[in-house]
Amino acid sequence: MSDKLKQLSKEVAKGRMSRRDFLGMAGTLGVALPFASSLLSQSVMAAGPKKGGNLVLGLVGGSATDSLDPALNASQVPFHFGYCWAETLVETSPIDGSVTPHLAESFEAEPGAKVWHFHLRKGVTFHNGKELVADDVVKTLQRHSGEETKSGALGIMRGIEKVEAAGQYEVVVTLKSGNADLPYLMSDYHLVIQPGGGFDKPDAGIGTGPYQVEVAEHGIRYMGKKYAGYWNDSVGHADTVEILVLNDQTARMSALQSGRVHMINRVDPKTAKLLARMPKINIENTSGRGHYPFLMHCDKAPFDNLDLRLAMKNAIDREALVKRVLHGYGSVGNDFPINKAYDLFPTDIKQRVYDPDRAAHHYKKSGHSGPVVLRVSDAAFSGAVDAAVLYQQQAAKAGIKIEVKREPSDGYWSNVWNVQPFSASYWSGRPTQDGMYTVGYKSDADWNDTKWFRPKFDKLLIQARVELDQGLRADLYREMGQMVHDDGGAIIPMFNDYIDGVSEQVQGYIKDPAAELSNGHSLIRCWLA
Amino acid sequence: MTVSLSNPLVMMVAKRTALGFLLLIAISVVIFAGTEMLPGDVAQSILGQSATPEALANLRAEMGLNEPAHTRYFNWFGGMLQGDLGTSLSSGSDISEMIASRLSNTLFLAGWSALVAVPLAIFLGMIAVHYRDGFIDKFISMTTLAAISLPEFFIGYLLIMFFAVTWNLFPSTSIIYEGMPFLDQMTAIALPCATLTLVVLAHMMRMTRAAILNVMSSPYVETAELKGLSPFKIIFHHAFPNAISPIITVVVLNMAYLVVGVVVVEIIFVYPGMGQLLVDHVTKRDVPVVQAAGLIFAAIYIFLNMFADIMAIIANPRLRHPK
Repeated sequence: MSDKLKQLSKEVAKGRMSRRDFLGMAGTLGVALPFASSLLSQSVMAAGPKKGGNLVLGLVGGSATDSLDPALNASQVPFHFGYCWAETLVETSPIDGSVTPHLAESFEAEPGAKVWHFHLRKGVTFHNGKELVADDVVKTLQRHSGEETKSGALGIMRGIEKVEAAGQYEVVVTLKSGNADLPYLMSDYHLVIQPGGGFDKPDAGIGTGPYQVEVAEHGIRYMGKKYAGYWNDSVGHADTVEILVLNDQTARMSALQSGRVHMINRVDPKTAKLLARMPKINIENTSGRGHYPFLMHCDKAPFDNLDLRLAMKNAIDREALVKRVLHGYGSVGNDFPINKAYDLFPTDIKQRVYDPDRAAHHYKKSGHSGPVVLRVSDAAFSGAVDAAVLYQQQAAKAGIKIEVKREPSDGYWSNVWNVQPFSASYWSGRPTQDGMYTVGYKSDADWNDTKWFRPKFDKLLIQARVELDQGLRADLYREMGQMVHDDGGAIIPMFNDYIDGVSEQVQGYIKDPAAELSNGHSLIRCWLA
Repeated sequence: MTVSLSNPLVMMVAKRTALGFLLLIAISVVIFAGTEMLPGDVAQSILGQSATPEALANLRAEMGLNEPAHTRYFNWFGGMLQGDLGTSLSSGSDISEMIASRLSNTLFLAGWSALVAVPLAIFLGMIAVHYRDGFIDKFISMTTLAAISLPEFFIGYLLIMFFAVTWNLFPSTSIIYEGMPFLDQMTAIALPCATLTLVVLAHMMRMTRAAILNVMSSPYVETAELKGLSPFKIIFHHAFPNAISPIITVVVLNMAYLVVGVVVVEIIFVYPGMGQLLVDHVTKRDVPVVQAAGLIFAAIYIFLNMFADIMAIIANPRLRHPK
C-alpha cells in the first residue's frame, strides 16, 4: 500500500495528479494525513523543479507612482519584483532565519564586529553583460547612505562609517561602532546591487537577478524574462514571470480562482477558510514577525503612569482578538515585539493573560478617571477598528472606559501614529531583535513610537550588538524583552500570519517567516507543475 | 447659411464655448483648493511609514512643497494653458505621457461600451414603442430598470462570479497593454463593457421610448399610418428623427458618464484607465497628477454637455433657420 502511495506521490510531483486527489486517495487507503503530506513534499522535492512556463503573481500594494529605483521601494509590488531582477549580498534562510551567502560567497568580522569583509562570488554578471565587482557594491551602498539620499534604507546605513573595495572581489565595511548583525542588514531589500551603484540611472532595472526586466508598467503589470547568464541554478525556474497589480481584494481572489494568476498575497482572514475549500487552491499561512500593537506614549499623561499602562495591558483579551480579528491566522503577543520567528527568542518571559481583576487593581492604583481615548483606523491594520471595539468591551469589565475614536485612513501615518498618545499601529518586524529594538525602542530611534526612554535599555542594546557569544547575547535579549514587557508602552496582543493563496499548479513553495509569499521570493523559488 | 456673428446659432455656440471655458477656470480653482485641503503629506506618503526625518526633508525641498499655495496655482494653471501638465511628484515622470496612455485606455473602454450600449438602447426603445404597454415593452423596461437599480460594483461582481470564476469564459481582470492582440483586448474588456452597458442602458432606452411616444401622437404619424406604411418604418423614418434632440442629450450625458464615472468599474476589473491612475495618485498625494486628471475629466464633461446642448439646438429647425 505504501509503495502504491509513493508512486502516486510521484505522479503528483510530475503534475499528473492533483494534491487534493492524492490526499483523498491516501485517506481511502487508510493513511494518516500528516504522513501522506510529508510523503508528498518529499516526492515533490526529490522530483526537482520543473523548468519553463509563465508564473504569475497577483499582488496588492502597487501603484502608478512606483519606481524601479530600489532606494524608493516601499510597497509589496516593487519588493517582489525587485527580487526577480536584482540581488542582495546575503539572504536570510527561510528555515532558521540565519544569514546565508548570496552575491557574497562568504563574509567575516574582525574582532569587535566593527570591520566586516565580504568576499564576492566570481563570474556573476549583470543583465548588461558587465561582471559584478567590488566597486559596484561600494557604490550601491554609498548611494543608499549619502546625505541627500531618499533611500528607505538610510536608517540602517547610518551606522556605517565607510565602505571600500579591497581588490576586485572584496568589500570592506567599517562601522561607527560594532554590530554583530551587520550581515542581516545587508539582506535588506533596498540594498540590491546595481552596476556602478545605479548612480547614473537609478531606475534602469539592471541587476544580477534571474529575470531581466521586460515590462514595467507601474501600477499595472510587470514581466521578467529569464536571464541566460544567470549564475544560480537553484532559483528562477519559470521562463517568464509576471506580476499583475490587483489592489482590490475581490479582484485578487477571482483572478486566483479563475486561474489568471498562480499566487496572491494578503488573503483576507475573513475569507481564507472559504478560499481553502475551493478545489485547486491552497492557503499558505506563515507566522512572521509582523504584529499589531496599541501604542501608549510613556512620556504623556495619562500613560506616563506605569500602573495605568499595566492596567491597559491586563485588560486586553489576546486570545479573543486572535480568534475574532485574525480568524485564527496569527498568534498571541506578549507586549514585547519579539516572537519565535526571531533568532534567540527568550521563551521564559511569562505570558500575560486577560485578567480584569488585576487590571482593575492597577487602574485604581493609577488614580486615573474618565475615558481613555484610543485612536484607530483600518489604515493601521485590517480589522483595527473591530479590534479596538473588542478591546473596549474587554476593558469595560475591568471598569476601564475606552473611547474609540475613528480616524481617517488618509494621513493616518503622519497625523495619528507616532503623534497621538494612544493609537493602533502595524509593525512588519525586522530580521533581528537588534534591528527591531533599534528602530522602535531605542531612546533616540526615529520611530520610538511609545516614547519610551530608558538609558539602561539602550546600554543593553549596544552591549548585545557587539556580543559575539550567543549565550551571553541571549541573556541580554531576555533582559531587554522583560523590560519592554514590564515597563514599555506597547500593548502587543497579536502577531499576524502572512496569508497567501497558492494554486495547486505551483510547487516548491517555501514558508519564509521574513515576509509574505516566501519573503518575496515565490516567483524565483517556485515552479509550475 | 452664411456664418456671421448676427446668426443666433453662431452666437449661441460662441457664447456656450466662452461659458464652458469660464466654468473650466472656476473648476481649476476648486480642484486646486480641494487638493490643498487633503490631509497628509506627499513626501510622507511616498516614503511610507518607514521614512526618516532626513529623507522626508530632502524630498520635500526637492519637490518645492515649501512655496506658497497661490504661486503654485499660477505656475500650474499657466503651464496647463501651454499644454504642459507638469511632472509627477512621486515618480518624476512626465504627466502628459502618463495620462495619454491611460486616457486612451479609458476612451477605448468607453468607446466600445458606447458602441454596444447606444444602438442597443435605441433599438430596444423602438421595440418598446412598437409593442407599447404589451408584454415585451414591460419586460424590456423591467429588466433594464432592474439593471440600473443595482450598483455597478454589484453587477461587476455578479458577472465575474458567473463568467470568470464559474464558467471561465472571460478573464476577471481586464489588464490590457500595448501590443496585445486585438481579439485578446476584446476578450479582456468584455466584462467591464457588459457592466457599463447594463448600467447606462435603461436611462437611454427609457428616454428613447418616451421621446418617440411623444411624437407618435402627432398628426403626421397618423398620416403615415393612414398611408399604410409599416409600423417600424413609421417609427424609424418619421417618429425617430423628430424625437432625436432629447435622445442626443441623454446619449451624450451617458457617454460623459462612461468616461468620467468609471472609477469603480476600473477598480473592480483592474482596468488600467484614468480612474485607477487617479486613485493611485490621490493615495500618494501626488497633487499635480490628481489636478491634471481632475481638469481633464472636467473638460471632457463640460465639452460633452456643451456638445449635447448645441446638437439639441441644431436638431431643432426653428433655431437652425431663424427668421
